This record gives sequence, C-alpha cells and structure tokens, in this order.
Amino acid sequence: MATVRIPTPLRKFTGGQETVTVSAGTVRELVDALESAHPGIKERIVDESGAIRRFVNVFVGDEDIRFLDGIDTSVGENDEVSIVPAIAGGLGSP
Amino acid sequence: MKAPLPSDLRPELLDLPKVAPPPAVDSIFDLVGNTPLVRLSRLDAEFDGVEIYAKCEFANPGGSVKDRAALRIVRDAMARGDLGKGRRLLDSTSGNTGIAYAFVGAALGIPVTLVMPENVSEPRKLVTAEYGVEVVFSDPMEGSDGAIRLARDLAARYPDRYYYPNQYANRSNWRAHYDGTGVEIWQQTEGRVTHFVTGLGTTGTMMGTSRRLKAYDPRIHCTAVQPEDAFHGLEGLKHLPSSIVPPIYDPSVPDETIWMPTEEGWDTAERLARDEALFVGHSSGANVAGALRIARRLADEGRPGVVVTILCDRGDRYFESLAWDRHHPLTAR
Repeated sequence: MATVRIPTPLRKFTGGQETVTVSAGTVRELVDALESAHPGIKERIVDESGAIRRFVNVFVGDEDIRFLDGIDTSVGENDEVSIVPAIAGGLGSP
Repeated sequence: MKAPLPSDLRPELLDLPKVAPPPAVDSIFDLVGNTPLVRLSRLDAEFDGVEIYAKCEFANPGGSVKDRAALRIVRDAMARGDLGKGRRLLDSTSGNTGIAYAFVGAALGIPVTLVMPENVSEPRKLVTAEYGVEVVFSDPMEGSDGAIRLARDLAARYPDRYYYPNQYANRSNWRAHYDGTGVEIWQQTEGRVTHFVTGLGTTGTMMGTSRRLKAYDPRIHCTAVQPEDAFHGLEGLKHLPSSIVPPIYDPSVPDETIWMPTEEGWDTAERLARDEALFVGHSSGANVAGALRIARRLADEGRPGVVVTILCDRGDRYFESLAWDRHHPLTAR
C-alpha cells in the first residue's frame, strides 16, 4: 500500500487524515483509488480530461511526476505520494 | 549656434502625449500609489459598449499593490508611537507583503525583521536581504504556519523590541486604498467607473477601494473574487469559507462574489501577456477574469459599463527554484 500525503485543503475529504494508504500501481490508479475511498477528491486533483490540474504538483517520493511519466508514473508498494498545490511559501494566512 | 533639428524631431511635429509627466519627488515613498490605469482594449473589444481598465499596481516601487498598505501601516504606527526609536517591524511573510515592508522599512529608516521558513526560494530571501532586512528562519518542516507562530511568539516575548502589525486586522491596510486606490480610480476614469472587481487576500484592497467608490456613487457595483475551492493555485488570494476570515473584512461591502477556478485565472494571466503585453501574476489574472465575466454579462444585457480591476504584481515575481520543493514537497508551503 502506498502512502498518500494529503494537503490541508483536501483533508475535508479524508476526514481530517493527513495521510491515507491506497493500493495502486500508477498515479492514475492512485487518484481513482482515492476517489473510491474519499468521494469528491478526484475532481480537485484532475481536470475534465483526466489530466492532473496544472496548479497541482504530485510527487512520488522526492520526484515531481512531471519529470517522470506524468499521471502514468508508477507507484511502488512502499512509496510515499504527496499532493501539493503550486503556491509558493509565505502566504501569511492568519 | 545650434544646428537645426532634423525635421522628424521638430517639436511641433512630435506627437506629444496628452498626460503631463509626473513631477520629480523628494523621496521614493512619494512614488507609492498614483499608479497608471490602462485600458485592456484588446480584451474588451468583444463587449459592445463596455470598457475594461486595469490599475497597474506593479508600478509601485516595491513591485506590488502591497506597497500601499505597508506604507500606510508603517506611517500610522510611527504616528501612534508604535514604531520608531529602534523598535523593529516584525512579520512572517516572504511574499509581496514582506517585500513591501522591506522596501518601506528602507525608505523610512525603520528596521524590519521577517520570519520565513528556511526553505523559501532563494529569490525571496535575496530580495528582502537587499533591502537590509533581518531574516529569521523558522523550521522548514513547519511551513508558513511555523513562521507565523514564531513571529507571534517573538512579538509576545519581546514586546519592546518588536511591533507586529497584523495586516489582516489593521485598519491602516484598507485605509490606504480608501485614501489612495479608490480616489485615483474615480479621478482616472473621470467619474465614469461603474464596476470594480478585485480578489480577496487580506481584503484590504476590496474594503478600502469599494468604500471610497461607493461614497462617490453608491451605484458603483463592487465584485469580490475568491478562489472557487480551498485547494487552489491563485497565490495571494484567499478562499474565505475555509480560512480564518480577516477581521477587517466586512461581507456587506461587496455586492457579489465570483468564485474563480484556478485555471480561468491562470489562462487569463497568459492571455494578458500575449494580447495586452501585460505579464502579471496569477492573482492579477483572476482579477481580470472576474472583470471579463462582468463585462460579458453587461454586454449580454446590452448595458454599457466601465469596469476597473487591479493588476497586483508582475509575473516574473513567480519564477522560483523548484529544487527544495522537489526534495521536501509538503514543507515547501
């Protein structure tokens, strides 16, 4: 089972959990598995065509999937996958 | 004896601009505000009878709309005695507000301390350092929340050393726009403005500008732009339903709210660069996208209008190194 780190704004779908585990061979399968377990989360991450939204960064381990095989990047049993909005640090929310 | 000017340089043949150049000023902070207003004539061409104008806040000397609030916050704090005598301005942002505080601090001789996560991009560190700011790094594993906590902790522990202005709760923030942005828009449109559109971050621009415009003419329609969802990529804008609402925000001020998808804001920013030669940040893209929606509605209803919005900063402020993010993705926030 891969571990998925969920960013704060998406934790409303995971009952507040910071990490969830899913069984998936690729990022595409991982997104579908997330949707099955946490309905509503998929459309936040991918657009109508099924592509990862442009403002969303997905990392498998340390690597941005844009530098790997995109949504078809393979995910291993022990991989940690992170979903991160592409906003630079220092928003200064109160 | 002077040689005669070539005929194509003779003054009477020059097409002199209508607007007089701004006078020389004594200090850099006199250049904050009074920003140009530019018509988005290629974007508004498809809407019969509707004009769209954008306020070029990137022309402020610190590079963003935040110069206005930062200058007013610092000046008001100095007038009250909260700043001065070596007391340091302390805040926890590496974004536009941090750069604006750094700029104002240098301009007015106020020492500034900014707390930022150790993993913010090199350009952000360098910009503030060039202005002579003291930078305190917070734990990179705790992200921007860690920086906020450390700044508040420092302010609480050393109240004589630090002044913590909290732009989200500071009246000087929206007053800067009430006395500046709103007045300028009224004057620059010669009172023709019918609609004002801007995104919500601290909400200072919306609160101050709208209050001023409505004081001139209560029929001026003011629209707030918010990200459509809590999970978004419109840097600088806030999704209020999932955020701590800034104390200066009064929800009765905007007439309506447009919920903006990140993609629409990003696409509009790209369009601004290509069609209007305005390379601006994503929050500016969201603002103009909101203005385009208002313009489309007016045109569909066959109504004329003068829609004004805000270009917060330039796009090149968002070129960043991805190196740290790639290796420490979740803490790069």
